[in-house]
Amino acid sequence: MTIWVTEMLNILVAVCILYVLTLFAVAFWAERAAVSGRARWLRSSWVYTLSLSVYCTAWTFYGAVGYAARSGLEFLTIYLGPSLVMFGWWWILRRLVRVGRMQRVTSIADLLSSRFGKSNLLAALVTLLAVIGTTPYIALQLQSVTLSFSVFSEYDAAASSFIPRDHSAIFVAIGLAFFTILFGTRNLDANERHHGVVMAIAVEAIVKLFALLAVGIFVVWGVSGGFSDMISEIDRSDVANWRGDSGRWVGLTFISAAAFLCLPRMFQVLVVENESEQHLMTASWAFPTYVMLMSLFVVPIAVVGKNLLPADANPDLYVLSIPLSQNQDMLAMLSFLGGFSSATSMVVVASLALATMVSNHIVMPLWLRVSGHRASEFGDVRRVILTARRFSIGFILFLGYLYYSQSGGGAALAAIGLVSFTGVAQVLPSMLGGLFWRGATRIGAISGLVVGFVVWCYCLFLPSFGEGLILSQTVMMHGPFGIGFLRPQALFGVEGMDPLIHAIFWSMTLNGLMFVVMSLVTFPSPVERLQGAQFVNVFNHSTGARGWSGKVAQTEDLMIMAQRILGSDQAQNLFQAEVVRQGGAGYLPEPTPEFLERLERELSGSVGAATAHAMIGQIVGGASVSVQDLMAVADETAQMMEYSNRLEAQSNELSRTARQLRQVNEKLTRLSVQKDAFLSQISHELRTPMTSILAFSEILQDGAGLADEDMVKYATIIHGEASRLTRLLDDLLDLSVLENGQVNLNLSTVNPVVLVNRAVSTVQAGATSTDLKINVLAPSTLPHLNTDPDRLGQVFINLIANARKYCDAAEPELNISLREQKGVLIVDFIDNGSGVPKEDQDLIFEKFARIGEQKAGGAGLGLAICREIIGRLSGSIFYLPGQEGGAFRVILPIVART
Amino acid sequence: MKRRATPVFLERRTYRVRRLFDAIRLLPILGAFLWIMPILLRNNADTEPSISRLMIYMFVVWIGLILVNFVLIHLIKRSERSWDQLMTNDDLGD
Repeated sequence: MTIWVTEMLNILVAVCILYVLTLFAVAFWAERAAVSGRARWLRSSWVYTLSLSVYCTAWTFYGAVGYAARSGLEFLTIYLGPSLVMFGWWWILRRLVRVGRMQRVTSIADLLSSRFGKSNLLAALVTLLAVIGTTPYIALQLQSVTLSFSVFSEYDAAASSFIPRDHSAIFVAIGLAFFTILFGTRNLDANERHHGVVMAIAVEAIVKLFALLAVGIFVVWGVSGGFSDMISEIDRSDVANWRGDSGRWVGLTFISAAAFLCLPRMFQVLVVENESEQHLMTASWAFPTYVMLMSLFVVPIAVVGKNLLPADANPDLYVLSIPLSQNQDMLAMLSFLGGFSSATSMVVVASLALATMVSNHIVMPLWLRVSGHRASEFGDVRRVILTARRFSIGFILFLGYLYYSQSGGGAALAAIGLVSFTGVAQVLPSMLGGLFWRGATRIGAISGLVVGFVVWCYCLFLPSFGEGLILSQTVMMHGPFGIGFLRPQALFGVEGMDPLIHAIFWSMTLNGLMFVVMSLVTFPSPVERLQGAQFVNVFNHSTGARGWSGKVAQTEDLMIMAQRILGSDQAQNLFQAEVVRQGGAGYLPEPTPEFLERLERELSGSVGAATAHAMIGQIVGGASVSVQDLMAVADETAQMMEYSNRLEAQSNELSRTARQLRQVNEKLTRLSVQKDAFLSQISHELRTPMTSILAFSEILQDGAGLADEDMVKYATIIHGEASRLTRLLDDLLDLSVLENGQVNLNLSTVNPVVLVNRAVSTVQAGATSTDLKINVLAPSTLPHLNTDPDRLGQVFINLIANARKYCDAAEPELNISLREQKGVLIVDFIDNGSGVPKEDQDLIFEKFARIGEQKAGGAGLGLAICREIIGRLSGSIFYLPGQEGGAFRVILPIVART
Repeated sequence: MKRRATPVFLERRTYRVRRLFDAIRLLPILGAFLWIMPILLRNNADTEPSISRLMIYMFVVWIGLILVNFVLIHLIKRSERSWDQLMTNDDLGD
């Protein structure tokens, strides 16, 4: 028997080592598979659900049976709370997971820090609370492994020396630290999740469920006589005497639900390791199924254990001792592995989560402050963080071991589970407040946490060490300094309450109250308000926390820092992707606020939100853009836009003016050219008659011998030229008067036909029969014109005279037609000559414009004068091309305007 | 006739999905009620149910809740709406 048992212990150790090696292999394989991107089922919702089973620790594996043996069905509350949370995933978990993903949250401390304005104080506080709350729990796991070893050795005294109690605990602690460091600190970016760890936990989840179910089935159908026998056995046992304290029932359900959300290890698997929000849907029914199965056989095992085993046997170890007492060694071995799995998975995940928190929120900020360098001047930050994390894991496990060895592993430790739950649950008010209430502030969260933590310590944690150890018996009985009002287990005179429920009640109430009141009276910083909006409305908008002003940031410094934290490959990929996104080339993108934000979020996956914020803050010169800054910038932008609008208006006006000036200038230039041309024309026009006048008058002066008829001829020439000059001067005067607008119109109502006929008879006075034949065509009813008859007659005469002068037809004929059309009178003068050549049609209305050979002694001002007159009469005159001969059209308004 | 029927059908389906989410929201409240009531009543009742019956009741409620949740989630998954649609639209209520 002795030899056999020793052998069995050896086998046990061997199986244990084999099992651990298998876990290493599984974790290693999962890491490899995740890196290579195959094995999609690694990220399936089943793995996620199984990883949640890290909730079921050795305390629940072994302890639930002991709990049931002592307190009946109350153990169920530990599972009912989490089941309710999972059923209610829609309310909280959905939100939590989305926020965690959006903000790249690495731990529950990081979540609160991120929500409340990246406050590192808050993060450090939560970390402290978590470490204090979790360390005893880790000690509990170590204890359970040691105890389970001792159950095997109980059967033989020699075996106990084979594996001394403390040694097995320290072996387990070292082994777990090694595993956690190996698979938990492989990569830094929390986004690259710990596939190895999660996979190993999933395998362990199956092992522990299988083990407990196997023991349960053995107990019900192997030891007891089946289902109905079991029922009657239960009703006959001590367990049936359980009365069921409704206060404890509700309180424990609540606290386990709260702990399920707030425990660092649960947050790690629920939120940080979550691959997809949709996994929650599967987990919402699969995880309750898991814990339901875990608790299914707890009462039968407890009842059978009580009946079967001696009264002094530890009910916490019934799961092991029942199979052993029945010589079911394989089952006992399986059961041992189940407990071992429960303990190891909890320790691994808890130390991983705590180490992340400690390194991100305590070690790194301290290191940043102590080293006093700018973030860009750090050595290899990546290595520093990983080292910090590894040391943190070792430190936390050492702390757990220390706690275990110091507390002596007594019964006090067994109660630590719920104490720990209550401590960690202090985070709940701030967490839920932060998720659902935009008005929650940093001060509120800190004060709520501090108050809850103090009350928890005072009412539950310190008394849990046993009376007289830290709190003296007098304090417990009569309160500090004899103030009965403040007795740790009857706070404010509330007596007769269960100590645990008392502590839960007061810590949660005061915590929540403090949180709400302080949030109401304080004012959040702009970053807090922005983050608050991001958290509460996480389903409305899911981008951007707040802006960085990138103007002063040196991209190169950022690159150096990012390489040190993320590793050079990943950092370079990140930067290059950004360059591509910005549409540039090379390696260094513009430090736009969006990029800085993305980078910060990327970094916060490795070092936590507050540290990442501080690091980028150091590089960009602490130029985090607050809301006030943004508002100031917006204000400035608005002003600038207004100013620029004004400038644009002015510039438009200026260009308009410039255009006008240019037009005026062009006109002036043209006028100047016209004036020069006019002057040269006029001097030429004046000079030609003047020359002949001078010449002939000189001849007459010297001409004593001239014949009379010659003298008459010369005098006639002189007279003709002089009268031509006079005419020219008259015309010029006329034109000048017209052009200057000095002409006075003598308006009267006339019949246009009469006017035309008068002009015709004027021109034809003294005409010969070979002269121009003129036909006037007019309808019988034409409206009368209100116009200046003399001036208009002058125009008509001029046009008729032109036709007489220039019409080159053999039988010249001029048709004058008048008609009314749309309120205007149209008078056409169309002859049957060759008309005006096309290229000259533009010129004929210019001064001194005469075309072709000079037939008549006109000065070339006639049409120019006509145009001016008609213009004055508000009408128009133009050459009508495309007719059979020369054609002019005069258009006059029926009602003349002056 | 057919053209009119289609949108009505879709409207009905959206409405159904919303009600499914309502049910999911209410499930934990129902669970809490069912799990806490017998313990609250047990304190005062003179004739208490035996511990085994209480235990069986607890597990029956548990299994019932799991099954209802399972069915609800499968009905939602069958509605073939994208996750984001489910997540955002449903906050609108009605």
